[in-house]
Amino acid sequence: MTIASALEIALAAVVLGVAVWTIAAHETSAAVVGFLAYGLLLALVWVRLDAVDVALAEAAIGGGLSGVLLLGAAARLRPAEAAATTERPGRIPRLGAGMLSALVAAALAAGVLLLPDPAPTLAPAAAANAGATGLGNPVTNVLMAFRALDTLLEKVVLLLVLVGVWSLAPDRLWGGRPGPRHEADPLGVLAFLARLLPPVGIVVGIYILWVGANHPGGAFQAGTILAAMWLLVMMAGLTDAPAVSSRRLRLVLIAGPAVFIAVGLAGLGIGTAFLAYPAAQAKPLIVAIEIAMTLTIATTLGLLIAGAPEQSEER
Amino acid sequence: MSATTMFGLCGAAIVGLGLYGLITNPQPLRKIVAFNLIGSGVFMLFGGVARRGAAAGFGGDPVPQALVITGVVVAFSATALAVALLLRLFESTGSASLRDSMASAGTDPTDP
Repeated sequence: MTIASALEIALAAVVLGVAVWTIAAHETSAAVVGFLAYGLLLALVWVRLDAVDVALAEAAIGGGLSGVLLLGAAARLRPAEAAATTERPGRIPRLGAGMLSALVAAALAAGVLLLPDPAPTLAPAAAANAGATGLGNPVTNVLMAFRALDTLLEKVVLLLVLVGVWSLAPDRLWGGRPGPRHEADPLGVLAFLARLLPPVGIVVGIYILWVGANHPGGAFQAGTILAAMWLLVMMAGLTDAPAVSSRRLRLVLIAGPAVFIAVGLAGLGIGTAFLAYPAAQAKPLIVAIEIAMTLTIATTLGLLIAGAPEQSEER
Repeated sequence: MSATTMFGLCGAAIVGLGLYGLITNPQPLRKIVAFNLIGSGVFMLFGGVARRGAAAGFGGDPVPQALVITGVVVAFSATALAVALLLRLFESTGSASLRDSMASAGTDPTDP
């Protein structure tokens, strides 16, 4: 391990500075913009930590989708902002909170400094078993094979959250279209970009999915990029969010987990274990699951940002 | 000090910052942002642990890296649910304050 370079020290300082801004900024929208910048800077940190897969996920989700979600919420909650700022706690609770936070941070820092050396690692085990799947990207191997159950359950969590968001719709709008209808100048920059970027973005998304087998990338990162393209088109008013009662939409939403569970049960059927892939077909099966998952992830993430149904089904 | 340790310490500081924001800021949306900050600090700590586990020709231990990717997606979906709840609260009471909704239960919801 080498001494931190000037670039890395500057990066850590800027990340900390932006984090302080995110907490201290007076206006919510300013804090959210700070959080967006923070997400992008964090992606650089992940590159410095040699975790390019995580950097891609962080840039797309932490820097992109979270920003859209929080900025949209900040804009809609602006009327309530002034009232809430008067409820700021007094000096004593703030001091107490500061001391508690410093204590927690110090305990974690001590943990970082006292980590065992040499560090325990599962990298040799991941390398030794890479031949079982034929994939070259160790992170995809862990996600799709060694810890596939985690990934399957995470897909289910995404679906449960979507059901939770949908169920916040008022009764009369159940089954309707999510979010407010977006209106944008049909000749404006947004509408122009929403026509120009999606073809490029879709190709990049599919590329990231495909190279994820052997290089940094994969279903999450690809799904997020596709979701961003879909959101761009929706926000430019070129298309409307689909009604949540649509059967086709629901089929796409369960495609990922359904294919995953079907392959998992097939593994049980051929006599080894749930989610065990037959060695000869491991790679095609994993790629098939990833394709179905990418579709599901893209649709789910897009609909999570669109929010609860706010328009009736017919128009 | 190695870059890995430095980023680990940076993650620890961010957890502390996020915790402070979560406790002291009265606005629910700011609490959600602060909570995300705590989460990303934890991920960063984990990233340091992963980097220390570099072996077998990999730049880091792939297992914690994969767990962080899963964590990022789950954190995002939890944030989306929290934001949806908050928007619904605002829509039905006209206020986004956690305190008012307790105090003014049963009275005019727009009354401060």
